[in-house]
Formats: sequence, C-alpha cells, structure tokens
Amino acid sequence: MAILFRTTKELESQIDEYLDSVSQGALVFKQGVMNYLDNDKDNLNEHIKNIGQLESRADELRRAIENRLYTHTLIPEHRGDVLGILESTDDVIDTMKETLNQFDIECPYIPEELNKNYFELTDMSVSASEALVQAARAFFRDVNAVKDHLHKVYFYEKEADRIGDKLKRKVFQLDLDLSLKFHLRYFALHIQMVSDRAEEVADRLAIYTIKRTI
Amino acid sequence: MLLIFLSSGLFLGWSLGANDAANIFGTAVGTKMVRFKTAALICGVFVILGAVIAGAGATETLGELGAVNAIAGSFMVALSAGFTIFWMTKLKLPVSTSQAIVGAIVGWNFFTGSPTDYSVLSKIVLTWIACPVLAAVFSMLIFALFKVILNGMRIHLLRIDLFNRTGLILVGAFGAFSLGANNIANVMGVFVPVAPFDEIRLFDMMSLSGAQQLFLLGGIAIALGVYTYSRRVMETVGGSLLKLSPQAALVVVLSQALVLFLFASQQLESWLMAHNLPTIPLVPVSSSQAVIGAVIGIGLLKGGRGIRYKVLGSIATGWITTPIIAGIITFISLFFLQNVFQQEVSRKVATQITKPAIMQIEKERYIHTVLDR
Repeated sequence: MAILFRTTKELESQIDEYLDSVSQGALVFKQGVMNYLDNDKDNLNEHIKNIGQLESRADELRRAIENRLYTHTLIPEHRGDVLGILESTDDVIDTMKETLNQFDIECPYIPEELNKNYFELTDMSVSASEALVQAARAFFRDVNAVKDHLHKVYFYEKEADRIGDKLKRKVFQLDLDLSLKFHLRYFALHIQMVSDRAEEVADRLAIYTIKRTI
Repeated sequence: MLLIFLSSGLFLGWSLGANDAANIFGTAVGTKMVRFKTAALICGVFVILGAVIAGAGATETLGELGAVNAIAGSFMVALSAGFTIFWMTKLKLPVSTSQAIVGAIVGWNFFTGSPTDYSVLSKIVLTWIACPVLAAVFSMLIFALFKVILNGMRIHLLRIDLFNRTGLILVGAFGAFSLGANNIANVMGVFVPVAPFDEIRLFDMMSLSGAQQLFLLGGIAIALGVYTYSRRVMETVGGSLLKLSPQAALVVVLSQALVLFLFASQQLESWLMAHNLPTIPLVPVSSSQAVIGAVIGIGLLKGGRGIRYKVLGSIATGWITTPIIAGIITFISLFFLQNVFQQEVSRKVATQITKPAIMQIEKERYIHTVLDR
C-alpha cells in the first residue's frame, strides 16, 4: 500500500510537470514567432532549442506516466481516457515545435504590414492551448470546472479561424508572386493548426468529463 | 459419520463462498483494482472471523423457527436447501440461500409435526423485504455524501483511485465479516442443536463453544468456496454484468455490508435494548438482494433512468417461490430418508405442561373472552 501511495504522489507530479511543459511550450512558441517577425535571429534560435527540449521532456513524461498507469493498473475506468488526453495534448506541443522549426528552415518572407495579423493569429492559437492546459488540469483535480475552460478553447479556436481567414484574404490581395502568397498562406495554416489541435483535445475532454461525472 | 452428515452444510457453505464473495469483491477484482489473491485472502479470513465471533445472533432466530433435533434431519434440511438453490440457479430463477434454508426448516417442521412459530416466520419474511429497501436507502445516503465530498474537496483523480482501492479492501473486509456473521446461520444453523462438540478452551484466554466450532468449519467451507470457485463469478460480475464506477462499487459494498451487519450484530441489539430503542431482528438475509437494492438506490439518486424494474419483481417472486419449493423438497426427501433409509430425522420431545403454564393459558383465554365481548 505504501508503494501505491508513493506511486500515486509521483504520478500526480509527473502529470503536473507534463502539462507545465505543454503550457511553457506554448509561451516559448509565441515568443519564437515574435522573434521571427522582429527579425531577432539569436532569440529565435534560443527559443527553438528551448521548445525542442520541452517537447522531448513532455514525450519522456508521457511515456513514463502511461507505463506506470498500466503496470500498476491504476484508474482502470479512466486509464484509456487519460492516455487519450496525454497523447493528443502531445500533438499540440509537437505542432508548435514543428511550426517554429519551419520558420527557421523555410524563412518565409513576411511583409511588414502582415506582422500584426501573424502576431494576432499566434496569440489566439496560444491562448487556445493555454485554456486547454487549464481544462486538462481541471479534469484531474476539479472535474466540474472543465467546461469553464473548454468554452474558452472553442472561442479562441474560432477567433484563430477568423483571423486566419482575414490574413489569407489580405495575403492574396497583395501584389506579390503567387509562390510567395502560397508560402505565406502555408504559414498561416501552420499556426492555425495549433488551435485546431487544441480543439481536438477539447472535444475529447468534453466526452471524458461526461464519463467522469456519470 | 458426523462429517458425512455435516457434508451437506459444508457444501452449502462452499457454494455460498463461490457465489456471494463476488458481491463483496466482484467489482474490485473485475475492474482489476484489487488482485484476486488479495481479495480471496481478506474475504476468507474475515468470513471465518465473522462467522465465529458474530454468527450466533442470526442462528438463534433460525433455531426459534425450528430446532432440527436429529443430525440426519439437519443433513437433509441443508441438502434440500442446497438442491433447491442448484435447481433454481439452473432454471435461471433468482434464489438465495437464506430463503431456501428457511423454507427447508419449515418443511422439516411440517414433516415432523413440530409447531412453526409464525411470528418468527413473519419477522424473517419482513426482514427479507426490508433488506434490499434498507440497502437502497443506505446507498442513496452514502452516495450523496460521497458526491458532496468529491465535489467539494477537489481531490486528484489518482488520489481518488488510491482512496477507492484502500476503501474497497477495508469495506471488503467488513463486508466479508458481515457475510460470515449473517450467513453462517444458513450454512450451519440447522446443525447447532445437534452438534456433538464440547467447548474448547485455548490458553485459558478464549474458548470456542460447540456452535462456534461448527461456525469455524462452515467459515472454512465458505473460504474454500471463495478460493476455489469465486474467481470466475467475480470476473463476470465486475467485468460485464454490473457496470459501476469504482466509487459506486464502494458505496454498494458498504451499504450491503452495513445491512448484513445490522441483521447479525448482537452487540448492536444489546446496545439498542440498553437505550430503550426498538431492536433489529437478527435474521440471515440475502447479500445478492442487498447488492441489487444498493445498485437501485444509486440508480434512483441519478433520476431512476435505466433501472430494470423487472428485477425487483423477480426478487419479490423469489421470496415466495424459493421457501415453498425448498419446503416441498425437504418434506419429500425427509420422507424417503426416514422410510427408505431408516434414519432418525427428528426426536420426539416430551413436553410437560406445568401448572403455571395452565394458569397462563387460562388467563389469556379469559382476556380473549373479555375482548371478544
């Protein structure tokens, strides 16, 4: 029983640390995009390195948590759901890392008048991820509060879609090469993808929460 | 020879252990929250403890209903009850050991011409009805309390799991104790008046009466049933039949254990008596029906959706059919045992009506005559 008590305590802190990594990843992603828009290469590289570390740590923690949940047959009723939450949340930080890497590799040309739009889009996507992390935390500790955070995820995701659409229209109205317009559209899509991933996790969480309250 | 006669009771104990242990540890083992080995050990130990320490209360009530006074008779009463359970289970009818044994005892009374105390019989039948109702009330109260605690305290999902696991083991131990205390009467009750055991004293500190030695044997038979056959039943109950959340399972087991304890505890009875409160009859009740009552209680608390009311109807039918079938089977088999196998199934007891008794009867008659006017 003592082992079980220790395992439970350790697992609780591992889950907290995992969600911290995702949340911190979102903040680093936001800073990274800002650095790119400001042409601040040094800080961008630092943030790319940082988000890579956070993503690897999140992967490590996720595997450790899953392993422990199954070897100790903990939370048999909700094990599958917790696994679903952890794996889909991992996709959010993965997408952020990939997007930041693509900025570094492809170095898209962003006209200055679009900076504000890209920043707004990033801000909305990051807000969606942060609200999602809060919802996931609530799932573990205060299941009745999950929906208070989920509606924010949905709101920010819709906003990100709206801002993304506006951005793409603006891009295609500019006097630029078509290839450049495509490139800019792809980057808008990449950033939007972060909020889409957050929405996918939110959908799962909504169902799992109903299951927990029954 | 004694062991041969006791075998029917031991078989009854074995089948009780095989089936009813699942009511206590079914969900815990089925959902893999507690390992079968752990569950079986706790269940076995506490069933024996419950039987030996607190088994006397419910047994006394069965004795008041009919004191089977020849060992061959006891053998056949237990065997007939066992056969009724086997047969009704095969026909997929709801059945409980408590109801079968009561029917069988009344069958013995009829066969031997012994009087049946109808006030005791009605007390027993009322208790059967009260058992699932009380379990439902308990489960509703405890479940509501759990909900308030879980919602108010914001406990981590994993910590709830840990508390639940610990709770299932503790409540399981209590449930096993109550099962042993309450249901040992079904297994060994009919042998108590004829048990030829002398009191054993252990290290001058404790003693085991003849009845307690019988209960120990019965408890061991139940524990054997748990070890040898309950695993599959537990896995079926936990895995497929009852889809309960671990918290609900804990509430169900606790409510069932409380009900069985209430109907078995002599300590509680004497405490109630000492405080001039109405006492609870000590009667063997069905743990399965307590479980069903508790599950329905939780269902009602959730708005009553998905409750299969047909189950309730079939339980109520069982209260009537099981004792009647067991009684008839006992009557017929006692006839064969006495007339074909030439065994003594009862001993005639000479009753002397004393003078005070005659005076009492006359006094009561006088009261009746006055009342009739």
